[in-house]
Amino acid sequence: MATEPYSEPVLQQHPGREPGDPGIPSAPEGVPIEGRSPWYMAYRRLRRNKTALAFLGLFILIVIFVIAAPLWATKVAHSGPDSTHTLQKLTIGGEKKDVVTPEGQPIAPVWFGAGGKFFLGADSRLGRDEMVRLMYGGRVSLFIGIVSGIITTVFGVILALIAAYYGGWVDSILSRIADVIWAFPVVLLGLAIGTALAISGLHLGPITIASSSVWIPILIIGGVYTPYMYRPIRGEVLALREKEFVEAAVAQGAGPGRIMFGEMLPNLWSIIIVFFTLNVANNMILESYLSFLGAGVQPPSSSWGTMASDGFNYVYSDPLLTLIPAVMILLTVLSLNVFGDGLRDALDPKAKLRLEARTGKVEPEAAVETEGV
Amino acid sequence: MLRFIVRRLAGMVLVLFACSVLVFVIFMVAPGGGSDAAARRIAGKNATPQLIANVRKDFGFDKSLPVQYTTMMKKVFTGSLVSYSSQLNVDDEIRKGIPATFSVIIGAAVLWLFFGIVFGYLSAVRAGGFTDRALTVIALVGISIPVFLLAAFLLYYLTFKLTWFPNGDYVPLTQDPISWAKHLILPWFALVVLYIGFYSRVLRSNMLDVMNEDYVRTARAKGLSEHQVRIKHVLRNALIPIVTIFGLDFGAVLGGGDLVIESIFNIHGVGYFAAQAISNQDLPPIMAVTLLGAFFIVFFNALVDIAYAYLDPRIRLGTDAAGAAAA
Repeated sequence: MATEPYSEPVLQQHPGREPGDPGIPSAPEGVPIEGRSPWYMAYRRLRRNKTALAFLGLFILIVIFVIAAPLWATKVAHSGPDSTHTLQKLTIGGEKKDVVTPEGQPIAPVWFGAGGKFFLGADSRLGRDEMVRLMYGGRVSLFIGIVSGIITTVFGVILALIAAYYGGWVDSILSRIADVIWAFPVVLLGLAIGTALAISGLHLGPITIASSSVWIPILIIGGVYTPYMYRPIRGEVLALREKEFVEAAVAQGAGPGRIMFGEMLPNLWSIIIVFFTLNVANNMILESYLSFLGAGVQPPSSSWGTMASDGFNYVYSDPLLTLIPAVMILLTVLSLNVFGDGLRDALDPKAKLRLEARTGKVEPEAAVETEGV
Repeated sequence: MLRFIVRRLAGMVLVLFACSVLVFVIFMVAPGGGSDAAARRIAGKNATPQLIANVRKDFGFDKSLPVQYTTMMKKVFTGSLVSYSSQLNVDDEIRKGIPATFSVIIGAAVLWLFFGIVFGYLSAVRAGGFTDRALTVIALVGISIPVFLLAAFLLYYLTFKLTWFPNGDYVPLTQDPISWAKHLILPWFALVVLYIGFYSRVLRSNMLDVMNEDYVRTARAKGLSEHQVRIKHVLRNALIPIVTIFGLDFGAVLGGGDLVIESIFNIHGVGYFAAQAISNQDLPPIMAVTLLGAFFIVFFNALVDIAYAYLDPRIRLGTDAAGAAAA
């Protein structure tokens, strides 16, 4: 698999050692060797991956940024995300400036010129504080990304366990439904459902969701990506079903519930965590496309996607109104993707299967990790 | 081979039917609220009660679901679907937009395959070199960047500030090929960067795998030059899996990135038409675009699978290894 000739002298001293194992330090006589859980070993591998940690740090910074929104809004900007300042004037360096010019052009970023007010300028002819909106919009984007990720994961995993455990017609039906959804490009499917629901909301039996609720994009994104979680996990469960410990559980008389959730699920946690991280990244991209085109987050809520879309009306006079929210999306999604990749290498260093649904091919250099502690 | 084609096409027909049912459910059933709400959605934002009543009768919302389904399909496929907001015939508008849309996506597909293969080949031959690392970064940033970021950036700096490129619009290929290409370079570029990074990474790892195959050693042993081995044996076999992901990605671009790109660069194709309809909350055009788009993609993927089976006999013989590769 690896193209470089592989030789490591340590390996010959420990013939039982597998590549990727942190190795066994020789303990002094009489001191019992502490056991190490696979989670601990994964943590140690992750700790060595400086790139992944740096991007985890970036993600945490972004989360802190959006959590701090009320603080910035009340202490610095003195403006809420939806408060308009159309007719207000700012004093910047002794000069008076309109927040929105009579022609309807919002003010460009003033940075700290007005003591933090309108740090990134105003958003539109409504004269709302772009920085405050950016922080609050990030909350919506992240919330949608994470919650729809949870929905995808919960449904994808449960359906995959049921389909692969029972097999037969249950599996056939679930897999065929997944195939049909799979046949649609995610964005097109999301746009179709998004527009249909954006008009009059969802009225399904006892459930009624208003058309402007963020739960509509959340449910759409969660639903659209479920087959992308379902398929690979189902494959994993099919492989697990043949394992001895499942046979042992069957022999002990364990019921389907215990086998699926007590025996199989713990063996899936590591890939579920990786999938979840990458899925949140994909969700945020999808949300931004839907919102950019007007089929995602609906007013009065706004996300980075809707902000980029609104800002696009001013793309020639103030391109930052589009570029800044879009760059925030890029940074968040990139940090999740890089960290997710690192997590995958740490949790499953010998993975033959590169789990991303689209890649479908082994990365030879990442499949074998060969270094000691 | 013939058996495979027949089986694949039969499967395709089933998927097409299921897709049409799904689209029907999305637009007519899922939002709920009864027949009045459904008619109001179709009729558009500023519909009069009279129009809503007409739509209700037209689409058979007071009849059973199977009748509603056939009515909707008849409307889309016989070209009698009309947008009630703009009074335009939806199928006519889609037909008018197809040349522009195909120029965008086919041009993009040719570019990403070409550069993906060239860069993938180069980085496999010099694994660990500069191209290799640069492509890894491009691929990673590419899957994380919203396409409107790149598009807005290019639009602002290259067409507005530097005026290197014409600002938006579409010029038909038959009218002026040079102007056609000039207008499309930026849209292509914005769509293609991601895929160049991604495809070259996939091709690179495929090639590194294939290089260890026995038949490559045999090819070297029988005295072929390194160049011949790489092109005729390694590259050719490493390209096979690219064919399948190409089918999927082509669909993804058509049904996603294309809409954003066309509305940003003001290219009046199918994507622009759909994006306009979305912002006006005008359902009939979106209904037709979704359905026809999905049909086109399913059909295209069936063709890709058949091409794949032609290139790789294991697929059409249905062995286990091939099943895993196709999944």
